Amino acid sequence: MAEYKLNTPLTDEDLSQLKAGDVVKLSGHIYTARDAAHKRLVDLLDKGEKLPFELKGAVVYYVGPSPAPPGRPIGAAGPTTSYRMDTYAPRLHSLGLKASVGKGKRNDEVKQALKDYTAVYFGATGGAGALLSKCITKAEVIAFDDLGPEAIRELTVEDFPLLVINDCHGGELYVQPDRKAAGIE
Amino acid sequence: MRTIQAKEIIDAVAGMCIKANTELPDDVRTKFEQAMAEEESPSAREVLRQLLENADLAAETKLPLCQDTGLAVFFVEVGEDVRVEGATLREAINEGVRKGYGEGFLRKSACDPLTRANTGDNTPAIIHFDIVAGDRLKISYMAKGGGSENMSRVTMLAPAQGWEGIKKYVINRIAEAGPNPCPPTIVGIGVGGTFDHAARIAKKTLLRRLDDTHPDPQIAAMEKELEEAINKLGIGPMGLGGKTTVLGVKIAVEPCHLASLPLAVNVQCHSQRHEEVEL
Repeated sequence: MAEYKLNTPLTDEDLSQLKAGDVVKLSGHIYTARDAAHKRLVDLLDKGEKLPFELKGAVVYYVGPSPAPPGRPIGAAGPTTSYRMDTYAPRLHSLGLKASVGKGKRNDEVKQALKDYTAVYFGATGGAGALLSKCITKAEVIAFDDLGPEAIRELTVEDFPLLVINDCHGGELYVQPDRKAAGIE
Repeated sequence: MRTIQAKEIIDAVAGMCIKANTELPDDVRTKFEQAMAEEESPSAREVLRQLLENADLAAETKLPLCQDTGLAVFFVEVGEDVRVEGATLREAINEGVRKGYGEGFLRKSACDPLTRANTGDNTPAIIHFDIVAGDRLKISYMAKGGGSENMSRVTMLAPAQGWEGIKKYVINRIAEAGPNPCPPTIVGIGVGGTFDHAARIAKKTLLRRLDDTHPDPQIAAMEKELEEAINKLGIGPMGLGGKTTVLGVKIAVEPCHLASLPLAVNVQCHSQRHEEVEL
């Protein structure tokens, strides 16, 4: 398990070296988007319109932060469960999205897209919303303000701690549950 | 007849919403520390270390433990000799949620299921009322996050499936859920009643302390058996492998129709946020 420091935008060279289990400290700009925002992004693509941020080399963070208290750029900001974005992820990867950040399993289509377009799926610790917010130094809503917690924000992050869950070579970190040991097989 | 002012309820509810979302319960913290001592896998230990650091930071900064501060769920025991003045009890609780989620900078997650439009203040709360004897009002609050709730299920087993069928269903559900609901989780199980009642009693068990023991020794043994079996799945903290897949299993059993065996599995994330007050 290696540890890397990477900066956005991410490149094929950055990602092809990563293997499931590696730790990445990410710095630069990342974009928040979850269910409703993804639907709108894909609607924009269908209409041939421009997206609110450059997809090439981009990292999308599946998060709906809590409101920022006075004196802080953002509230708690831990990852949401990723499978709900599986419908949208392959298309975004095909257009240059290099990584997503969330928690939980991805489907086979997403894993295939990671291989096809040299991209990765990062995990962040679910529920560690206060801790992760420490690495976010700036947050600005750049689209879909009406979606509230689901609006798209540009976050500036410093050494954001990530774990490679699915790499671009087909590797995966999640363990398979041992049903036999649990006595149901 | 005893009168309670709505304002007292509003303030109590607002306070509970803020406290539960920013302070990790002591029984959960103790479980994290025990799990740290038992886990051998470095990734499992690292996740638990981060969760403990997160809890310290949340308490210090008053940031929520998790950005998903949940739908506000209440179990309310209303004494027969209590009347509320100034608002209905339901209105007072909802007003408390508005106040607490607003003043505590908690995320408002309640939305229309079809249009997905956010209601803006995390109301309406989900409220279960029980009428009890006496002149007291007991309000229990739980912040129920979406990620773990989505992994929950209600099923209607055949009576012949019995305890073996229940065990198999529950273990399979947790295996299927894998890393999604933020393990280590707490599993609330409702056995019996009707389709809806099983779900309600499963959710209510999530209010129990992790270190308690069910008063019925037979059910206590079932809880222990399931906890051990689920932990053998090896899913571990955040699904990265390890011995700690659940922090606790809580079971409620109630009579059901002779043709039925309702079973509800309510999954709760590791951050078991709840509070109660008695007025």
